[in-house]
Amino acid sequence: MKRDYDVVVVGAGPAGSMTAKWAAKKGANVLMIEKRQEIGSPVRCGEGISKAWHDSVGLKLDKKSVAWEVKGAKLVSPNGSTFYLSEKMAGDEVGIVIDRVFFDKLLARDAIKAGSDLQLKASATKLLKSGNKVVGVRVRSMEGTRDITCGCVVGADGFESQVGRWAGIDTSLAPRDITSCFQYRLTNIDQDFDYCEFVLGSKAPGGYIWIFPKNKDTANVGIGMQLTKLSQPADVKKYLDKFIQGDPRLRKGRPLELVSGAVSVCAPIEKTIGDGILLVGDAARMIDPITGGGISNSCKAAKVAGEVLAKATKENDFSERSLTRYENGWRDILENQLYRNWLAKEKLVTLSDETFDKVIATLNEVGVDKMSTFAILKAVKTRYPELVKEFEEFL
Amino acid sequence: MDKDKLDELEVDIDKCMHCGACVGSCPQNAITLREVLIEFGDNCTLCKRCIKACPVGAITLLEDD
Ligand SMILES: Cc1cc2nc3c(=O)[nH]c(=O)nc-3n(C[C@H](O)[C@H](O)[C@H](O)COP(=O)(O)OP(=O)(O)OC[C@H]3O[C@@H](n4cnc5c(N)ncnc54)[C@H](O)[C@@H]3O)c2cc1C
Ligand code: SF4
Ligand code: SF4
Repeated sequence: MKRDYDVVVVGAGPAGSMTAKWAAKKGANVLMIEKRQEIGSPVRCGEGISKAWHDSVGLKLDKKSVAWEVKGAKLVSPNGSTFYLSEKMAGDEVGIVIDRVFFDKLLARDAIKAGSDLQLKASATKLLKSGNKVVGVRVRSMEGTRDITCGCVVGADGFESQVGRWAGIDTSLAPRDITSCFQYRLTNIDQDFDYCEFVLGSKAPGGYIWIFPKNKDTANVGIGMQLTKLSQPADVKKYLDKFIQGDPRLRKGRPLELVSGAVSVCAPIEKTIGDGILLVGDAARMIDPITGGGISNSCKAAKVAGEVLAKATKENDFSERSLTRYENGWRDILENQLYRNWLAKEKLVTLSDETFDKVIATLNEVGVDKMSTFAILKAVKTRYPELVKEFEEFL
Repeated sequence: MDKDKLDELEVDIDKCMHCGACVGSCPQNAITLREVLIEFGDNCTLCKRCIKACPVGAITLLEDD
């Protein structure tokens, strides 16, 4: 039987578009379906990324996608003291503050240029199966409901991660591995606009508050909190409101945009493939458990996914065995770091304000230039021998 | 699953941001987000996790009030 497409990608966020691009570029016949009516909107993101990984996934940012550039990260401890990290040392979420409305469209455009098809306002509502094998997807759109057959369905449906669960892949999360988020784009504020700011400690239990500048007087001011640390409905928003009211730089600000959402902060999941199905990005729970950032990991895994899908198309083999190349490929790049950072997160959420203060104080003493793990450990040990025990397991 | 109980999960449309935090948090995959409409399936066990996950407190269990 002839299939409608080689690959149908559900969700046109960064993971979906990047997968579609690499699959189409190398010869697969690809359709992306996206339930929203506009790619990239509404924004559900702090929009912080670094520059380091763009080349590896063939990403060239255009002017509109970049809202602001920063020199690094500023960590703020509960007692208000600060520690500055250069862009290079600050990880995958610091360097550029992007505009997702344009960034996501840029990636979708790249996918279309590579030959992929895209349909908007089109929701996947269930998977078509033959036995355990996924053979297509039911799509509801303006044209009505229709069944589309394909060699492989890609679940790139973000945090909701329903496609994988319909296929029998377990992407459900424990409450401690869910971070609930709220964010304002605040304008008319004062800020240290050369840095992405991270506020640590009990102002955001089990998470942190971020201030990512969009321009001189506007920033994404958001909060993420671990589900297990929430007691009342809407706690997340209340904690953020309280923080803003308590900060004279922000109090006079007014929101241009409200954002809510959630991120996974889990260890790598067991399985991201099956016969005729593959998961990528947030849907595959690839977010960094410490920072909650997921754009870079989504793009890195998506490139592997696209390339494997193109090979699978040539070989006309979309079996789980064939897709194992993707499973192994993304794990080679991301798994160790995801696991290590998950362990670290499990630790970080238990630290008291006092401990955060001590760590920041020690970091300041050691200085950025001498920021080797050993130097930090030595400094911590001299000042706070009791603290070293808490961190030893990660060093 | 008691169908009557299910009617007791209610979304306040004045608060809901249609962000899907509840969908991805639901252990039963029982929630559907249709752009501006939230639906709870009958595989919901009333575990209330979605109520916690919702950043703006839009979901209530009427029983609780
Ligand atoms: C508040 C917040 C702040 C964040 N801040 C950062 C940050 O600063 N830096 C960073 O790197 N990451 C950040 N993240 C995480 C980042 O947003 C995600 O990692 C990234 O968007 C993942 O891309 P994705 O393509 O996997 O998923 P998404 O971008 O979520 O895309 C999924 C797409 O699938 C569509 N979809 C879902 N279900 C269906 C369906 N059934 N049919 C059709 N389409 C469907 C959705 O509409 C959506 O467009 C943040 C997340 C949140 C919630
Ligand atoms: S109460 Fe629990 S099972 Fe029911 S919809 Fe909410 S999260 Fe899902
Ligand atoms: S988590 Fe709350 S705001 Fe988000 S879609 Fe669900 S009910 Fe609406």
